[in-house]
Amino acid sequence: MVATSEPPKASFRLSMLIYDTRYRSLTIQVVFLMLFMAGAAWLIDNTIQNLRALGKDFNYGFLSVRAGYDINQMLVQYSNDSSHARAMLVGLLNTLFVAFLACITATVIGVMAGILRLSKNWVVARLMTVYIEAFRNVPLLLWIIVIFAIMTESMPPPNAFRGDDAASSMLLFDSVAITNRGVYVPEPLFGRSLGNIDIGIFLISVDLLAIIAVITLSVMANRALLRNALRVQEATGLRPTTWWKTILILIAPLVALLVALGFHFGYPELRGFNFVGGTHMRNSLVALWLALSVYTGAFIAENVRSGIQAISHGQSEAAFALGLRPGRTMSLVVLPQAMRVIIPPLISQYLNITKNTSLAIAVGYMDLRATLGGITLNQTGRELEAMLLMMLIYLIISLMISSAMNLYNRSVRLKER
Amino acid sequence: MKKSVFLGTLSLAALAGGLASAATLDDVKARGVLNCGVSTGVNGFSAPDASGEWQGFDVAVCRAVAAAVLADPKKVKFVSTTGQTRFTALASGEIDILSRNSTWTFSRDVDLKFTFAGVNYYDGQGFMVSKALGVSSAKELDGATVCIQTGTTTELNLADYFKSNNMSYEPVPIETNAEAQQQYLAGACDVYTTDASGLAATRATFADPENHIVLPEIISKEPLGPMVRHGDDQWSDIVMWTLNALIAAEEYGVTSANIEELAKGTNNPEINRLLGTEGDLGAMFGLDKEWGKRAIQAGGNYGEIFAANIGESTPIGIARGLNAQWTQGGLLYSPPFR
Repeated sequence: MVATSEPPKASFRLSMLIYDTRYRSLTIQVVFLMLFMAGAAWLIDNTIQNLRALGKDFNYGFLSVRAGYDINQMLVQYSNDSSHARAMLVGLLNTLFVAFLACITATVIGVMAGILRLSKNWVVARLMTVYIEAFRNVPLLLWIIVIFAIMTESMPPPNAFRGDDAASSMLLFDSVAITNRGVYVPEPLFGRSLGNIDIGIFLISVDLLAIIAVITLSVMANRALLRNALRVQEATGLRPTTWWKTILILIAPLVALLVALGFHFGYPELRGFNFVGGTHMRNSLVALWLALSVYTGAFIAENVRSGIQAISHGQSEAAFALGLRPGRTMSLVVLPQAMRVIIPPLISQYLNITKNTSLAIAVGYMDLRATLGGITLNQTGRELEAMLLMMLIYLIISLMISSAMNLYNRSVRLKER
Repeated sequence: MKKSVFLGTLSLAALAGGLASAATLDDVKARGVLNCGVSTGVNGFSAPDASGEWQGFDVAVCRAVAAAVLADPKKVKFVSTTGQTRFTALASGEIDILSRNSTWTFSRDVDLKFTFAGVNYYDGQGFMVSKALGVSSAKELDGATVCIQTGTTTELNLADYFKSNNMSYEPVPIETNAEAQQQYLAGACDVYTTDASGLAATRATFADPENHIVLPEIISKEPLGPMVRHGDDQWSDIVMWTLNALIAAEEYGVTSANIEELAKGTNNPEINRLLGTEGDLGAMFGLDKEWGKRAIQAGGNYGEIFAANIGESTPIGIARGLNAQWTQGGLLYSPPFR
């Protein structure tokens, strides 16, 4: 029983793959996918063949071998007896450290420059324009090298601080020394330290954990205080005085803890060839950090400016009409809305900072590229393995930053109901 | 099915490509130019002169090989490499020979798959300091800031030396010799460490070489020599025996002044075989009879090359020391040409 009204089934012909619009896009996609897979297979196969021709294998065994070299800046324990994997970790932490510092300062510089560029003060606005255009349009590498060269060539060597009539002297009551080997600043020390916890990979200072815990508790207590004040204000119309309580809650526990731990500063002093004591911020770190901050800060300033200008002028006029001062208008009305425009490009600036830290090669900062992709690669001759691992690590860092910032973006974006 | 045929063809092509690059001699002859990896500029060893021509002790090895293989010592393309890029450049085939004061070590030979074609300079790692520091021994360097070329054996020797002497130091990793020199002169480091020959070469370029001293301690063995890739024995033989020809020429008294005279035939069969007037050694590795003669003519024998580039009459002023002939109490010893 075949229904006669049904249209005759056209038999499938091969040419329909191209001429029939029902199949065409599918055909194109399949062909493209096959070409892509063939290309990838060819690359992998070529690599394997060439490695075989060179008599090399592909393994990551070198990571557990003794590294044998020293690294000048270490955030975790490392010696030349540690493994290449450990050296890689030291480099990775150095990368994250300078990226973290640069993200913070770039944001501060960027937000300030972006707001000041919109200032009604003609001189300030023009100065910010000059800053943004000068730093944005000169390659980052040059800024890194310029700052590094200024630090090494024009700052006094530690020797200049020696003797009774020294050519140079330390700043801020003999606590900070700026030399051509870096900047020495006082370091926080604890006379009655609580020691460290060993969590396998590295040690965590209990003092630091205690400080973080106390600060967190103080902030939470302060929030409760303010919430209570708000409740009283809503119930009675009178807001209780809170400012001295806030200060007491925020500062007193911290001071008490620091006194209990025997907190004091360790000052740098000249001994032997170099300054000893204090925290040594090497030229390479300073140059990389400053250059990344001012360079990316210029881009962030433009993001901030565009974000602010995206907010309708009516918003600030309305705020003025309610009697808000310009500062509060900016912080309470304009910026919260502008954040929605600012944050997505800000994510990519943070990613840029993280990836640009690999320019450390220019100044010999011991980042991931210098340890895993530099000395380890060179001493073990495992180019392919080291490069692939390094690419994977940078990829993971970038994806993590990106997803964290996306989460934040989701929390501040316009809540539509 | 079709896909696997396609991939099979591709992998065959890749394999053929891999095999074709194995015969370096044929590649060099077909190209007409020898690609030679050198440093980014170490005076006396490999550095461009005022007219842009590469000159130096390591450069002379490449010129001799080019003269032996291509009959023209000028047919060399010099590729400057840093301590970090040199091995990749050689392994990838970008250069045919690496003549860049590289130390012969077990792992570079065995694990990195390179062949050292002999030693052209017996060196050791030393320290250079400014006289103003008042240091007279490396044992007094506790706490010093040390400039060091990254990715070299010196980095590992330095770590070992300070560790075994219970001293601490602050390493400042640097990419090239020129940058290290700048950092050292600016006082950003107290000490510059590299091979003693490199220190002498660097010191010679200072405006005030008399204010800097090389400390007496030599903390390592650094046999430096030209390298080629593993797996092409013909090519490594050519490089090795070209170097041996230069060394043997000095031993037998063959110089660029008397070589034409001696090439007419002498009563010393070893010289005759070296210069190609007796036997046909060159044919055994794919070259003609006169390869040895041309190699020596390119820049003179080993002693002449040494004297012209880094010897005591040059600003660098290195004494022969370990690099004298074995007959003079040194380590240079060419196997017989037979």
